[in-house]
Amino acid sequence: MIRLERRPAPSRAWAWATPLLAVLATMVAGGLLFAFLGKDPLLVIRTIFWDPILGEFAFYYRGQLLVKAGPLILIAIGLSLGFRAGVWNIGAEGQYIMGAICGAAVGLAFYPLEARWLIFPLMVLAGGLGGFLWAMIPGILRTRFNTNEILVSLLLVYVAEQILAWMALGPLRSPDGAGFPGSRNLRHYDSAANHELISGSGMHWGLVAAFIAVILGHVLLSRHILGFNIRLAGASPRAARFAGVNPGLLVLTCLGVSGALAGFAGLFEVAGPAGQINIDFNVGYGFTAIIVAFLGRLHPVGILLAGFLMALTYIGGEAAQATLGVPAAAIQAFQGMLLFFLLALDVMTNYRVRIDARARA
Amino acid sequence: MSTPLLEVRGLRKAYPGVVANDDVSFAARRGEVHALLGENGAGKSTLVKTVYGLLRPDEGRMMLDGRDYAPASPHDARQAGVAMVFQHFSLFEALDVAENVALGMEVPPPMRELATRIRDVSETYGLPLDPNRLVGTLSAGERQRVEIIRCLLQDPQVLIMDEPTSVLTPQEVAILFETLKRLRTEGKLILYISHKLEEIRALCDWATILRHGRVTGSCDPRQKSARELAETMVGSELALPAAKTREPGEVALSIAGLTAASGAAFGTELKDLFLEVRRGEILGIGGVAGNGQDELLAVLSGESRSAPDSIMLGDLPIGSFGPNERRALGVLAAPEERLGHATAPDMNLIENAALSGRRRMGMVSRGFVNWGKARAHAEHVIEQFDVRVPGAGSVARSLSGGNLQKFVIGREILQQPDVLVVNQPTWGLDAAAAAAIRQSLLDLAGQGAAVIVISQDLDELMEISTRFSALNEGRLSKPRDTDGLTLEEIGLMLGGAHDLEIGQGLSAPDRAVEAGETSP
Amino acid sequence: MDLGSINPVLLIAALLLASTPILLAAMGELVVEKSGVLNLGVEGMMIVGAVSGFMAAVESGSPTLGFLAAAAAAAVLALLFGVLTQVLLSNQVATGLGLTLFGLGISSLMGQGYVGIRPPASPRLELPVLSELPVVGPVLFSQHALVYLSLALVLGVWWYLRSTRSGLILRAVGESHEAAHALGYSVLGTRLAAIAFGGALAGLGGACLSLVIVPQWTEGMTAGRGWIALAIVVFGSWRAWRVLLGAYLFGGVSVLQLNLQAAGIAIPVELLSMSPYLITILVLVVISSDKRRAQVNAPNSLGRTFHASG
Repeated sequence: MIRLERRPAPSRAWAWATPLLAVLATMVAGGLLFAFLGKDPLLVIRTIFWDPILGEFAFYYRGQLLVKAGPLILIAIGLSLGFRAGVWNIGAEGQYIMGAICGAAVGLAFYPLEARWLIFPLMVLAGGLGGFLWAMIPGILRTRFNTNEILVSLLLVYVAEQILAWMALGPLRSPDGAGFPGSRNLRHYDSAANHELISGSGMHWGLVAAFIAVILGHVLLSRHILGFNIRLAGASPRAARFAGVNPGLLVLTCLGVSGALAGFAGLFEVAGPAGQINIDFNVGYGFTAIIVAFLGRLHPVGILLAGFLMALTYIGGEAAQATLGVPAAAIQAFQGMLLFFLLALDVMTNYRVRIDARARA
Repeated sequence: MSTPLLEVRGLRKAYPGVVANDDVSFAARRGEVHALLGENGAGKSTLVKTVYGLLRPDEGRMMLDGRDYAPASPHDARQAGVAMVFQHFSLFEALDVAENVALGMEVPPPMRELATRIRDVSETYGLPLDPNRLVGTLSAGERQRVEIIRCLLQDPQVLIMDEPTSVLTPQEVAILFETLKRLRTEGKLILYISHKLEEIRALCDWATILRHGRVTGSCDPRQKSARELAETMVGSELALPAAKTREPGEVALSIAGLTAASGAAFGTELKDLFLEVRRGEILGIGGVAGNGQDELLAVLSGESRSAPDSIMLGDLPIGSFGPNERRALGVLAAPEERLGHATAPDMNLIENAALSGRRRMGMVSRGFVNWGKARAHAEHVIEQFDVRVPGAGSVARSLSGGNLQKFVIGREILQQPDVLVVNQPTWGLDAAAAAAIRQSLLDLAGQGAAVIVISQDLDELMEISTRFSALNEGRLSKPRDTDGLTLEEIGLMLGGAHDLEIGQGLSAPDRAVEAGETSP
Repeated sequence: MDLGSINPVLLIAALLLASTPILLAAMGELVVEKSGVLNLGVEGMMIVGAVSGFMAAVESGSPTLGFLAAAAAAAVLALLFGVLTQVLLSNQVATGLGLTLFGLGISSLMGQGYVGIRPPASPRLELPVLSELPVVGPVLFSQHALVYLSLALVLGVWWYLRSTRSGLILRAVGESHEAAHALGYSVLGTRLAAIAFGGALAGLGGACLSLVIVPQWTEGMTAGRGWIALAIVVFGSWRAWRVLLGAYLFGGVSVLQLNLQAAGIAIPVELLSMSPYLITILVLVVISSDKRRAQVNAPNSLGRTFHASG
């Protein structure tokens, strides 16, 4: 009989090993899935995980990697603070959309004035503020009315998507767009564009923000009292209250920070890689970032690595789709599997598996 | 001598790092109240859980009524006629009494019939209960009645009772003993677990004494003195705490007319409290669990806020202050729940030192935590309070109850509080650890701090406190000097027998006297 | 604008059908939460049910087989959640989210070849005599069988939880898993059964969407209904009849806003489309603002991990 026995203290070794094992297990299971779809599993795995970094066209893919990893890391860092504190913001997708809309609206309001020193910073602020305010809705409802923030933040994603559609078709629609949906392309408006910092590198301000978030997140969690309070509230809410942590304020802080970071991510995306507000602007970064946060063990450095890994599955997935005809949806399933394996293997961190020689009496 | 009803031979049960039971053997007859006596951690609970089928022994065998008995689950045990009343009640607050009873039965009758039978049995045994009430609304004593009736309805041969009196007022204890004596005359075997010697001498026919998982003695407790029993149980003589101080100073903290609702679903509202505690004294607050102890601690620690002037620290109104503002002023607290309230289970002792010491020990400057200072505080506590632990980096839940409690109390005492509030400071600890903690509280008061000890252990309060007040249904009685206070008076302060009609025979006051006489 | 084009009789008939997927999923989740488990993967289970049911129905030509397949597939997915959270003791919130993300991915993978196909029609169940009554006949007695099934389930779940021994044990496990374990009840077995049941109902709800209401397969077609089902369980304070009320309220709002869109009312389409979500949030706020009541009604062990030591 196999049973689990609680470890006296969490195992550090397993805490580091589980993400790696989860990735390996996902490759195996994913390989089986691809084999089932009639593809050569080894070739698909190589296309996804190897070629984008070291293959023939890696020079193109590497840039793309940064483009995708930026928003994932930025959002996941914010989410990880809340997840650590037991505040479940799962509506980052909505905050991302609202950040993009607010940021873009500010930029478009100045069109065609050219004043980059003024307009771009204002857009960044507006983007963060948009995400922040959108996240404050579940925050205030939770603290004032005790309403479950998981459900509210998620339901607001659907609301944000409708607002996005309304903006793309209505108020923000480009007057020169010949009636097509979508705003003006911000990349063609120098004062508002989030250009690549080094041409062809994929490096843009969003990635800089992501790196800053990683560093600040790390300092916050390891050195600052707020980070300690966050960890304490997640580890034991009653102990946190005893320690003098104001639970309501902590909920608002976590939701506010994660909302603002998601809003920044949305702004950098709309002003850069995406270029315009349109119906299909959001591609699920807000949800994938949840996987990134967990895969990175809610640790800033882990999230940095996990963000790149998850970006790799996006890029590699696209490559596999183009060259091998692997359906795009397979990558999404693949990412979900990764989270499952991680959660399943996580048991090893806190428990030991014992095998009893004797059968049950 | 007739054949034993229950016989246990060579039972062994080991957990990683601990042997809970080692070669335990005893035999018990029908019509006997058989005590299993031992300190916390002696292996009593493991032993009865094995008898009740919750645990399977590694070695050894059991016989019930001359036949092999190896229950794979509590279902098997109940079918064989073994029932158990748990120490931490196995009750469901949001379900009603009848539903709770039904869950403890193998083949319950239809609900309506069950309700009638609950009424019948509860009246027969002098334990009145309304089958339709939600268990969450019952007092601790009433909850225990639900458990007992649940067992009795199955007509068991063996009834296991795990520390049944720890949640009862002295009057309720007297009623319980009547019920148990009556069951004895009906020919049932009662396995009675306790560490309270007087109780066992008053009730039990035979005692099996356990220490560190082994049987260290077996005797008729009525033939032995409490001292002899204690020595078999503890293994050595205990140092009694030094005398209490007798020179209370000025009033350090006072509460006037405080009323506060509870945050918990089935919590107790505090009603119109008055309280004063002076420097150099220990104020003991007794009461049966669930009468507002958690709420009182929360109000004093600052976890629940109240009107500013409802709590005064000297001349300063502090009712609206949070925990850290109070700590800065020298008002410290140690909650009952060691894991998950006083400490975060998965955090190490350094982090747990920062949990309450951040403000007073200067661990935070400009928002950044000085982990060096936190470590120093943790190590200081470990050294001064003899916390047995590999190092300050150990996580809280890896410590034993006694060691963690010493850490929790030490963490507050070494911050040199002016006022310290502790809730259940020695609950579940072995005698040595409990004595050490009581001594440290006496020392603190000796140094001029005001100490409030909330506890269910009346012996403990009589031992260390100078004044005593009882918490009953959220109300606090007028405090009395502990000198010359009888157990009967305490019982009445605690709310007597909670609207209980006593069965046949003696009237209530007589019985209370009897309880008073059989206790120290 | 032509509000006169909205026929109240048809509106109610449409409401009953439109509410059914959410009602089914919410009844399943109600049982799961009563056992003390929070499964946030309803959306994922629904969409997997939608695609599996659709595929099975198209391949076999039988809607009934489709419904069975939907229930089975979603139950399997739910058991995956069950094993992770109950055996491997993973965090229920994270695992439930994972289930939704995985379900959305795997469903679009499965449904690749099925976009744009019409499934075999699932006939209405005309109750004899009653369906011929004027006005109420077509509204109440000529619905799809699933509508009646979902109503029967409300009754069944209510009776099961209130009056059966197994229902009592399930509530006890949800209330305090430690106490239930101490009395010798299987926390694991009870919860896995509840999780599988919840999955099956969510799957059925998904299939109701893809086989009856739309009827078509499109990616992400559940559009948040799984989340709304979760919200409705909270709204219903874990009681079967109130969950029914919540589901019909949501169904009513959805159908009404579609009718208003069709009638060309002068409100932006997007605002109407978001109204069901906004109203769900609003009722959630109203119902949970009474903190004390919410605490008493919620199963006490909800979302907590149980590990039997020893």
